[in-house]
Amino acid sequence: MNKQLIVIGASAGGISALKTVLSGIGDFSKLPIAIVLHIMEKESELPKLFQNFIEIRVKEAEDKETIQTGHIYFAPPGYHLLVEEEGTFALSTEAKVNYSRPSIDLLFETAAEAYTDRLVGILLTGANEDGARGMKRIEELGGTVIVQNPETAYCHSMPKAAMEMVPKCRVMDLEAIEEYIAGLAKGR
Amino acid sequence: MDGQEQLETEKIEVTLFLEAVHLKYGYDFRDYSRAHIKRRLIRRVKLMNLSDITRLTSLVLYDPEVFRQVLSDFSINVTEMFRHPRFFRDLRTEIVPILRTYPSFTIWHAGCSTGEEVISTAILLEEEGLLERAKIYATDMNGAVIEVAKEGIYPAQDIKKWTKNYHESGGRKSFSDYFVVNYDYAILNQRVLKKITYLEHNLVTDGRFIDADLILCRNVLIYFNKALQNRALDLFRDSLLPGGFLGIGSKEDIRFSSVGDAFENAVNCQKIYKKKIEEIR
Ligand SMILES: C[S@@+](CC[C@H](N)C(=O)[O-])C[C@H]1O[C@@H](n2cnc3c(N)ncnc32)[C@H](O)[C@@H]1O
Repeated sequence: MNKQLIVIGASAGGISALKTVLSGIGDFSKLPIAIVLHIMEKESELPKLFQNFIEIRVKEAEDKETIQTGHIYFAPPGYHLLVEEEGTFALSTEAKVNYSRPSIDLLFETAAEAYTDRLVGILLTGANEDGARGMKRIEELGGTVIVQNPETAYCHSMPKAAMEMVPKCRVMDLEAIEEYIAGLAKGR
Repeated sequence: MDGQEQLETEKIEVTLFLEAVHLKYGYDFRDYSRAHIKRRLIRRVKLMNLSDITRLTSLVLYDPEVFRQVLSDFSINVTEMFRHPRFFRDLRTEIVPILRTYPSFTIWHAGCSTGEEVISTAILLEEEGLLERAKIYATDMNGAVIEVAKEGIYPAQDIKKWTKNYHESGGRKSFSDYFVVNYDYAILNQRVLKKITYLEHNLVTDGRFIDADLILCRNVLIYFNKALQNRALDLFRDSLLPGGFLGIGSKEDIRFSSVGDAFENAVNCQKIYKKKIEEIR
């Protein structure tokens, strides 16, 4: 199992925010990233969208797939993405959580239990409250919690909700998050 | 107790819970996705205002009602008519022409939940003039959803979504031809319902019971670990006639499973596989 994992959640305004925070990675990453981005339930173009500008493997997470370094995984639309203790993904079609499937909370909570203090949770722009409980769980288990600065976020409700639940989280602008992720990817 | 220590303890509690349920009720969830099982258990613990999973273990041992509740929690019943229309389009355009050449054929829906998927297939066959030739079995481990399916009565609120799916799947008639809509409920046409045999069957513990030409098992395998997925897939391979078809969920895969070599992709289909006809040596 990988030593570390980054999980990212984003909703309204998320595509552009994600493009920014991922743009510093370059073509090699020492750790995997798993992402839930709320979008409409249809065939996902997301991996393609992001494949263009990052030269590492971007793909939809598959059921029972082993989480690997150098990969960026997106939750498939219409399915919840869960992380198993042994470092594999599982999918689920259980009811929507926070009106969302995939739900950020579900990814964050299960990833927190699997990776404990080796998990980094990053919550970006969004117009709902998904992700806040997940961030809380990451913090409880010793992981790192980073929230996009609501002042500069496209939509502030999601980061704000997380800040209320996890007052001690680190609040950063997109550029700072980009640098932070790039640092982790290069193993700094 | 700190967070990580509690996590370790919960892991033990989940294992003991599943052992208890297995020993007492014979239902074996030990090879289900643990992340999924734990989530459902924690949710139940909270809903019942219990302090931990161990309390739930003692309750489930003494109260079959609690077991039925947990069974429902584990069995994710979310489903819809013509779910993932592309699948039913493939079925209609690629598989139906083959079934048409058979005087009669057998279909098995495994993990049918409340029956929406089964009805979708039945409607499709009816439109193709093949329903009379079909024997349709539909099974689930959860007796409660089987009872709902047998009634053939569905909440009408989702009809819009069904209709959209139905047309995207290549349906040509009006979806309402098959239902009597009565305020809040849509009641399935008896002629269609009568063609379906609903049975309780557990993919973990029960064996082969028919020879099928087509098996559908969608959005069930994702709740299993690899070993259990392989068990179920072995059962499907053994229950299919040579040249028979297996349809799975849009995010499920058999490439890296124990039956990967026994099947090939059905022509032009996304998630339908054909059991190879073994060469006679
Ligand atoms: C998400 S539903 C899928 C319904 C339908 N096939 C669809 O795709 O819309 C999953 C169903 O699988 C059933 N199931 C889970 N484990 C099972 C097992 N071991 N044997 C039989 N059915 C099982 C559950 O009870 C539930 O009704």
